[in-house]
Amino acid sequence: MTDAMRAETVSITGAGGDAIEAYLAQPLETAPVGGVVVIHHMPGFDAPTKEITRRFASHRYLAICPKLYWREAPGASPDDAAATARARGGVPDERLVGDVAGAIAHLKAMDGSNQKVATIGYCSGGRQSFLAACSLPLDAAVDCYGAFVLAAAPEGAPLSASPIGHLAKDLSCPLLGLFGVEDQFPAPAEVAELEKILTEQRKTFEFHSYEGAGHAFFATNRPSYRPEAANDGWERIWDFFGRYLSS
Amino acid sequence: MCTYQTTTLALEGSGKGAEGWFALTEASVYFDHPVHAGAGHTLNIDLLNPGRGPSSRVAVELDPGSARSLAEAILATLESAPAGQLTGE
Repeated sequence: MTDAMRAETVSITGAGGDAIEAYLAQPLETAPVGGVVVIHHMPGFDAPTKEITRRFASHRYLAICPKLYWREAPGASPDDAAATARARGGVPDERLVGDVAGAIAHLKAMDGSNQKVATIGYCSGGRQSFLAACSLPLDAAVDCYGAFVLAAAPEGAPLSASPIGHLAKDLSCPLLGLFGVEDQFPAPAEVAELEKILTEQRKTFEFHSYEGAGHAFFATNRPSYRPEAANDGWERIWDFFGRYLSS
Repeated sequence: MCTYQTTTLALEGSGKGAEGWFALTEASVYFDHPVHAGAGHTLNIDLLNPGRGPSSRVAVELDPGSARSLAEAILATLESAPAGQLTGE
């Protein structure tokens, strides 16, 4: 067993057959391993998101993070790309699903894949991870404080974030949800309502909500970082993926 | 929280970005996570020219009090300017 890894930007085929860039991190492991599609937060494909992607590789998963703003801003810095995407109304849901499907196909085509793949998303990516899990065949999905799964986005919000709770019946895999009790988007009431819907639909899921944590408690470079919640959250993720992505 | 609320508006003027001066055509105003400022949320303004590409951007991330002070200063400055000079000429 080796802890060596390789990380680089690659080209994948996304929605509509478009070639988009993605960040790929892979352990230099000969045994087949599971794959993880990392769905970045609204600030985009930034350095902390690349660190998260490499973190999965360090735990012996193939990990890929598609650049969701590639079409609006090819080659731009992550903050400029995020600003451009925001000004143009965000990422359409249909395109997100197509890009994640492309990332899944890229992982499964790799020699080191055991053909099991999960998604994980943070912030807006949390909602998009749920969306992908309701739209594509997956082995597991993680929603880290994704807002507007059930609640409507604020009046005047131009971003593509309409409620998608009605898709819960199509959830294709076990879902892990990690939330902060002090978060307003999603608020604890919305998390409880989603829990109720998934229970009614007899879906396999587990939600954990952390006291003293709000939105973005995993973000180590922001004041919202909450080490206790984040550390426990990572343990939940490793346990969850260990159960559902192993060969 | 992560707010999705964004106000976009057309505008005319110029801004100075990483590659020098350029014409501005629109702006985004939103209250959300900053990229650089040391706060959980800030009032963010992107002054843009999408026709020149994503890098043609002047960005600021302001704490709420500073943003209000700036907005009031802008309005006060405009109100005190000679009326004849507010046509842009």
